[in-house]
Amino acid sequence: MTIIQARNLSKSYRISEKQPGLAGSMRHLVRRVHRDVKAVDRISFSIEPGEFVGFLGPNGAGKTTTLKMLTGLIHPSAGELEVAGHQPWRRQGRFLRQITLVMGNRQQLIWDLPALDTLQVNSAVYGLEPVAAARRIRELAEMLELGPELQRPVRKLSLGQRMKAELLAALLHSPSVLFLDEPTLGLDVNARARVRDFLAEYNRQTGATVLLTSHDMGDITALCPRVLLIHQGQLFHDGSLPLLTQRLAPCRQVRLELAHLHPTEAFANYGQIEEHRGHLLRLLVPRDQLTVRVAALLERFSVVDLEVADPPIEELVGGLFRSQEASAAGESA
Amino acid sequence: MSLRHVGRVARALLVSQYALMLEYRAEIMLWALSGVLPLIMLGVWSGSGAGVQAGMSAQQLSRYFLSAFLVRQFTVVWLIHVFEEDALQGRLSPFLLQPLAPLWRYLAAHLSEQASRVPIVAVMLLVLGLLVPGLLWIPSAQSLLLGLVAIQAAFLLRFLLQVLITTLCFWSERAAALDRLLLIPYLFLSGLVAPLETFPPGVRLLAMATPFPWMVDFPARLLAGAPVNAALGFTAIAAWSLLLLPIGRRLWRAGLRRYSAMGA
Repeated sequence: MTIIQARNLSKSYRISEKQPGLAGSMRHLVRRVHRDVKAVDRISFSIEPGEFVGFLGPNGAGKTTTLKMLTGLIHPSAGELEVAGHQPWRRQGRFLRQITLVMGNRQQLIWDLPALDTLQVNSAVYGLEPVAAARRIRELAEMLELGPELQRPVRKLSLGQRMKAELLAALLHSPSVLFLDEPTLGLDVNARARVRDFLAEYNRQTGATVLLTSHDMGDITALCPRVLLIHQGQLFHDGSLPLLTQRLAPCRQVRLELAHLHPTEAFANYGQIEEHRGHLLRLLVPRDQLTVRVAALLERFSVVDLEVADPPIEELVGGLFRSQEASAAGESA
Repeated sequence: MSLRHVGRVARALLVSQYALMLEYRAEIMLWALSGVLPLIMLGVWSGSGAGVQAGMSAQQLSRYFLSAFLVRQFTVVWLIHVFEEDALQGRLSPFLLQPLAPLWRYLAAHLSEQASRVPIVAVMLLVLGLLVPGLLWIPSAQSLLLGLVAIQAAFLLRFLLQVLITTLCFWSERAAALDRLLLIPYLFLSGLVAPLETFPPGVRLLAMATPFPWMVDFPARLLAGAPVNAALGFTAIAAWSLLLLPIGRRLWRAGLRRYSAMGA
């Protein structure tokens, strides 16, 4: 049984465009020019209960818009969507009790009061019995390593403490579907690691479904066996990270340490030379020819050490994002 | 939703919002001090003698404006300003994802703010009593009770009216400007500047067909112990509320369809 099902999900926004300067302002006042922008364009995917799915994409790719549709914050322009057996945009109480959304750049905690005040409001809103709510707060606080911090005004907490308190508030009602939008944004290495550990443990213990967006590939590689990559409003990839690597990098990286010095031209027929420095050589070899070419290299040259690897996923996805931003900049120029 | 659950939610919201208002006590004190327009009008009317010409004695006039001052203090509605800010900054989104309509939070915030004003207004009355001997009086139990109920009813009517304008935030990023426009009829037709009794009959009739006199003049007159048709006043507030409530609900639902969750 799927817990999230999206079919041809789309969202368009109508935006008005204005040229700079006084003339532009006057024209804008008299006659507005509107343009329809497709933020999300017919994406389809389904997620099973308990899955931990990474949601990747460059800025403006449509990730957050999709998350907003999945949580019911905004209405889809077209397509079908079902989350936990409900149409999210109806925002029925039974649906809202099953989900949560954590946004790294936004908060639900009352800024000038201790986090415990917000937790008390949330426990009443979600109908948790006071004893059960207190137990739940204790359990989550223990997992998140939060203690006296909950009694301090939120504004006095560090970013890491605040994010952990945000997570506590968001998970108080034991949601079965978690939407996490950049939950490690701005956190230092230690805080990021603790949040990641907590999320992995929460998913393991409760079987909750998690959809995580993050610009930090470390979050994705550490937590998400499956990745959805959204690119220019369309779904570019739905599958495992290794599969994404294969799609983004049709070549594998072959690193050789050679026994003798050779001219660079000697390796031209074995693959694309990335680096050749002294005895060290780095080549990119098409995946389907890897065995043949490595065998040929070993036969032709005296090799001390050999390593075959995929390029780091961060570089691959970063490269994809950069190429999109560059093409967008080219279009707007 | 059981009554017990409603009670728990209301209590939790009121307690947390009251705690928040206590954090902002200095700001609330300034707001309270800024609500002295009726006292200024009392000075103007007393000095000009226009009250006597309009058929109101000096005592009736001072009781009316002092009551209007109290009504004004406890019927302040600032929903649109916080809502607009919350919608623009993305703070509305977490509220929308909880099984409680966000407007209940704002209502609780207003009620808590009223509660936090009580000691400030009490001190202001004390000071006024010391500065102007004979200004204060002890209203009858009936006047006090009816007056307090009318103040809360007037507050709810003002809140509902502002809900309507607030829903326009879903269409416009600067809906609060419309509220400023409504301030003009509110000031002149509510009885804040002049008691409705002093209006020419035609204008008075016209004013009574709007929701504004029921927001200040009616509760102020009840509190001041002036002759007033309480049944008509409460019926008018109920009628306006029953009219505004479904319109507000429709606009709210339509607005949510347009909501783009900007900033979040």
